[in-house]
Amino acid sequence: MAHADLISPVTIADPHPLVIAGREFRSRLMVGTGKYASNVQMVDAIETSGAEVVTVAVRRVDLDRSKDEGALHHLDPDHYFLLANTAGCYSASDAVRYARLARAAGFNEWVKLEVIGDQQTLLPDSIGLLEATKTLVDEGFKVLAYTNEDLVTALKLEDAGAVAVMPLASPIGSGLGMLNPYAIRTIKQRLSVPVIVDAGVGTASDACIVMEQGVDGILMNTGIAAAQDPVRMAAAMKAAVEAGRNAYLAGRMPRREVAVPSSPTIGMLGS
Amino acid sequence: MSSSFAWETTVGEISLEVNGAERRVPARFTVADLLGSLGLDARAVVIERNGTILRDRSSFAMMDLAADDKLEIVHFVGGG
Repeated sequence: MAHADLISPVTIADPHPLVIAGREFRSRLMVGTGKYASNVQMVDAIETSGAEVVTVAVRRVDLDRSKDEGALHHLDPDHYFLLANTAGCYSASDAVRYARLARAAGFNEWVKLEVIGDQQTLLPDSIGLLEATKTLVDEGFKVLAYTNEDLVTALKLEDAGAVAVMPLASPIGSGLGMLNPYAIRTIKQRLSVPVIVDAGVGTASDACIVMEQGVDGILMNTGIAAAQDPVRMAAAMKAAVEAGRNAYLAGRMPRREVAVPSSPTIGMLGS
Repeated sequence: MSSSFAWETTVGEISLEVNGAERRVPARFTVADLLGSLGLDARAVVIERNGTILRDRSSFAMMDLAADDKLEIVHFVGGG
């Protein structure tokens, strides 16, 4: 046996791959496509992240500019799962309208549903969100609902037929990391559908800590796109999500208020 | 709706609202003609006409536009 075989790393599989609405995904990291300095940088960062689910927004075509700003020219729909969002919608009816337009693009019937309630914090409007979820589920959409970290709202979204619930770690674009781990853990423990933490992850340690709560995945955009080197941060986020997932599955050691020696206390030399 | 189209249109032209801006096109212009004149690929956009999504792209070449039609032409852009 070659020596290299003796020291090759053991691949440790995840016993529960991420499955949403019956579809298995290859990565627990989902990424947005906004705010990059260039399309080349966006594509490099997304490829490096290993993400399969990639979010896009629905906007008017700019008819007066010759430059094509469409995201599809840069993202191969055969390689990525395009998840349209309803970002920027402030009412249930607007969000439903955007979701219908997105579905008419012909890729899938999935939508990352956002109904925003406040311009300063971009916090979700829970009432509008629930209303839009019901409407879209009735129309056959697979709804992934961006919500706050409130358990009761999350339970109602699940009851309404959302295929995944996406509580925020902290406000969109804030980079503040997870502000309420208790709430995130509680939502994960109580829901049957996947829980994907969406928004607020600022750096790799944030992503790792989120995954250590046992959630099913993370969606992020600004945490990668607004880094000084987005491609390198994408690599860091990929590793952090995998590390956090493995740490959760491994089960951490108990916290102790006192030290416990790692080395034997017997066999010490005489003085 | 017609109050926003105060100007006189040339004979043989109609006025539309496309993505929030007024545009004049020849009468009998089809949806496909409009996309062609804008340099857009029908497969890369979604069109909402007077609040209704046009789902059947194969019908665009036979679909005449009408005066005061309100069109939204959208596509996917970068976003979170």
